[in-house]
Amino acid sequence: MSTERDKKGDILLEMKDIRVEGFSDERWHKIIKGIDLTLHRGQVMGLIGESGAGKSTLGLASMGFTKPGCKITSGSIFFDGQDLIKANDEEKRMLWGTKIAYVAQSAAASFNPAHRLLDQTVEASLNRNLQTKSVAEADARNLYEQLQLPDPNNIGDRYPHQVSGGQLQRMMTAMAMSPRPELIIFDEPTTALDVTTQVEVLVAMRNIVEKFNTAALYITHDLAVVAQMADVIKVLRYGHEVEEAKTREMLVSPKEDYTKSLWSVRSLEKPESPSDDFVISINNVDAAYLGGSKVLHNVNIDIPRGRTVAVVGESGSGKSTTARVITGLLQPITGSVYFNGEALPPALKDRSKEQLRRVQMIYQSADTAMNPRQTISEIVGRPLEFYHSLYGTQKQERILELLEMIELDESFYDRFPGELSGGQKQRVCIARALAADPEVIICDEVTSALDQIVQEGILQLLLRLQQEFNITYLFITHDIAVVQAISDEIVVMYQGAVVEQGLKSKIMSPPYPDYTKLLLKSVPEMDPNWLTNLVDKRD
Amino acid sequence: MKNHPIGYSAVAEVNRMRERRSQWQIVKLELSKAPYSAWFGIIVILAYFFVALFAPLLAPHGEAEIFTSSFAPWGGEHVFGTDQIGRDIFSRLIYGARNTIGIALATTLVSFAIGGSLGLVAAISGGWTDQILSRLVDVLMAIPGLIFALMLLTIFGSSILSLILIIAVLDSTRVFRLTRSVAISVVVMDYVEAAKLRGEKLAWIMRREILPNIMPPLIAEFGLRFSFVFLTIAALSFLGLGIQPPTADWGSMVRDNASMIQFAKYDLTAALTPMLPAGAIALLTVAVNFVVDWFLDKTSGIKDEH
Repeated sequence: MSTERDKKGDILLEMKDIRVEGFSDERWHKIIKGIDLTLHRGQVMGLIGESGAGKSTLGLASMGFTKPGCKITSGSIFFDGQDLIKANDEEKRMLWGTKIAYVAQSAAASFNPAHRLLDQTVEASLNRNLQTKSVAEADARNLYEQLQLPDPNNIGDRYPHQVSGGQLQRMMTAMAMSPRPELIIFDEPTTALDVTTQVEVLVAMRNIVEKFNTAALYITHDLAVVAQMADVIKVLRYGHEVEEAKTREMLVSPKEDYTKSLWSVRSLEKPESPSDDFVISINNVDAAYLGGSKVLHNVNIDIPRGRTVAVVGESGSGKSTTARVITGLLQPITGSVYFNGEALPPALKDRSKEQLRRVQMIYQSADTAMNPRQTISEIVGRPLEFYHSLYGTQKQERILELLEMIELDESFYDRFPGELSGGQKQRVCIARALAADPEVIICDEVTSALDQIVQEGILQLLLRLQQEFNITYLFITHDIAVVQAISDEIVVMYQGAVVEQGLKSKIMSPPYPDYTKLLLKSVPEMDPNWLTNLVDKRD
Repeated sequence: MKNHPIGYSAVAEVNRMRERRSQWQIVKLELSKAPYSAWFGIIVILAYFFVALFAPLLAPHGEAEIFTSSFAPWGGEHVFGTDQIGRDIFSRLIYGARNTIGIALATTLVSFAIGGSLGLVAAISGGWTDQILSRLVDVLMAIPGLIFALMLLTIFGSSILSLILIIAVLDSTRVFRLTRSVAISVVVMDYVEAAKLRGEKLAWIMRREILPNIMPPLIAEFGLRFSFVFLTIAALSFLGLGIQPPTADWGSMVRDNASMIQFAKYDLTAALTPMLPAGAIALLTVAVNFVVDWFLDKTSGIKDEH
C-alpha cells in the first residue's frame, strides 16, 4: 500500500440518493436517508460508523439486496452499467456470487457444517458453469495458498469445524474470490477474531484484493483496521453520510466534528499509580474444567485496592477462567484466592452473602447478562433487596440514584433491556454491580462488543466510579487500546499461565518477553502504513 | 474526565425505541392478525367453557334424572332422546362438558406443576439430581401409558381424585422432558450465572429468572397436553375405568350408547346418538390444536425482538 491506489479505472458501482426503510413495530423506519456512493474498479472503500449507522444495510444495498423486512424506496444503483433497482431476481442472482461477493462477519455461521470446505469454495463457480470442476478446485487450492492457509492442497477436504476461526474467515474470502468477482463486500470480517489472528486475516485479504484488482467495500467500526485496508473512507451516522475522503487525508485532517470525535477515542489514557495494598491475591492456582485438561497453570496475581488490573491475552489464554476461579464458579485444583488477607472458600455455595457482595461481575455481552423479561428497575433493584434489604420507596430512590450515576435518567426505570442500545445495556449492568456496593468488580471484555464512541463513554464512566468509590477493577480484555485507557497494572496471560505482571509503563515498554511483543505488535495502529511495515519486517 | 466526545450522551444513544403498549393492546393486536383457524378454535373453546360453567342453567333436565322411556327417539321433550336407562342425552352432554373438561383441566394443571418444577430443578442443578430425575422419567415413559394407567386405576380404585393424580403423574413425564430441554438453554445465559453469583436460592432462579423466559413453549404444550389428557380420560371412561356413573362423561356416553349404532337401518338419528359425545370430544380437540398451532407459529417463528 506504499503507492496510492485512488485511480484504478472507470466507475464500477454508482449509487445515487439511496434510501432504505425497514419495517418493525408496525411502522416503516428510515435506515438509509439518501447516500451517494461511487466506487471505481480496484478501489477499496471503508464504510465506518457506530451500530445503527446503516453501514451493513448500505453494503447489502450495493448488491441490490435488502434484508427481509426492508426495502429500497428510492435512488439508483448501477453496477457495471447494469441497473440493479430495475433488475429482476433472476438477473440479480446471476450477478450475486459471480460478480459481486459477500463476506460475512461470522464465518462459522456462514458455512454449511455438513459439506467439505473445498466443495463450498467452488460451489458458486460450478453452479454458474464458470469453470469446470477440476479447474475450479485447482484454482481454489491456489487461492488457499495465497491466503496463507496451512497445507493448501488438503485443507479443502476438511469440514468447517475442523479449522480455526481465523482460517475459516480466510476460507470465506477464498470462496468469495473463486468466481473472480469484481466487487467484494466485507462486512466486519475480523471483528470476531483475536488481534493476533486478525493481522493474518487482514494481510491475506489485502493482498488478494490487490492482486486481482478487485473493488471492495470494507464495513467495520474499527478505524485502525479500515486505515490499513481502504483507499477511501466514508463515515456514516444515523443513515447519513458524514464525510468521505482519501484514507490519508481523513486520518490527518478529518473535517467534521463527528469524525474527529471518532478519532479522539484512542487518546483516552489514565495515569498509573502503584499500590501495595492488595485486595485480592491469587496464589498458585491450578484449575481445570470437569473432565478436561488443565487450563490454568500456577497462576499468581495480586490486585491492588482501588486500582485497575488489566488481564490481556488471546482467547483460550485463561483470562476468563481466572475470573471464574475468583468468583467461585470454578474450584481450583490447588492454590487459593485471598480476599483482604482471608482465604475465600473455593466453592460458590460455601461463600457468605457478604463475601459474594464484595465481588461483582460485569459481562461481555450485556444482551445475555440481563433477563429480557425483567425491567431495569427489577434488575438493578434486586441486589438492593438481596444484600441491603431495601424495599419500597427507599429502594426506588436508590435505583434512581444509581441510574443517575450511570448517566441514564428516570425514563429508563420501567423499560425492558430489549429497548436499550448496547451501551445503555452495559451501563445498566454496571449499575447492577454498583447496587451491591462492591469492593471489586470483574469486567469481562465489557467493551469489546461496543462501538468506539460508546466504548469511550463506558470507560470514562468506569474511571469516574473508581475515583468516587475507590472500586478495584479486574479488567479482562484483548484490546490494547482499552488497556492503555484504563489500567494501572497489566497481567499478560498465554496458554493458561501468567507471562508477565507489572505496572503499565513497565509492561508497555521494552524489553518484552516474546509473547507480549507479538501481542503488542498485532494491535492495529492508525497509521495506514502500519500493516505494510509489519509485513515488511517479517520478511 | 468530563470532556465527553462531542455531542455524546448515554441517554441519547441510538436505540430501538419501542412504542409502549399495554398487555391488553398487545393481545388485541395479535388477535387481529390471527388466522381464521385460530379464531374458530378460540370461539369453540370459549363456547365449551361457557357451557361447562353454566351447565345447570342450560340443561333442561338433571344430570342423573331418569325418565320412564328408555331409548326414546329424538325430538319432543328429549331433544336427543334418552339412553338405555332413560336419562336425557342432551342434558348429559351439557353436564359431560363440565365433568370432562374440569377433570382434564385439573389433571393438566397438576401434571404441569409436577413436571414443570422437577424439570426446572433438573435443568438448574444438573449433575446427579438431573441424572436421577431423568432416568426415573425414562422408566415411567418406558411403560405404555394407557396400560399403566389402567393397572394403577385397578389398584387404587377409580375415584376422581386417583384418576386425576394417576394421569397427572404419568403425563408429567412429558412435561418434565420439555421443561428440562427448554430450560437448559436458558440456564447457560449470563443472567442466570449472575443470579447464582449473587447467591440467589434455587426457587428464585426457577421462578424469576428462568420460568418467564420459557413460558411460550410451555403454554403451547399446555394446550396439547390438555387435548391428550382429555382423550385419555375419554378412553378410560370408555373402558369403564374412568369417570364413574352416574356422573355424565362423554367417553362413557359413547360406550353406553354404542349399541344404538345397530339401529341405523331403522332410525338414522338413533344411530347418530353415540356420535354426539364423540363429536364433542373431536371438536374440542381440533379447536385446541388450532389455537396451539397459531401460538406455536407466533412464538417459534422469527420474532423481531432482537
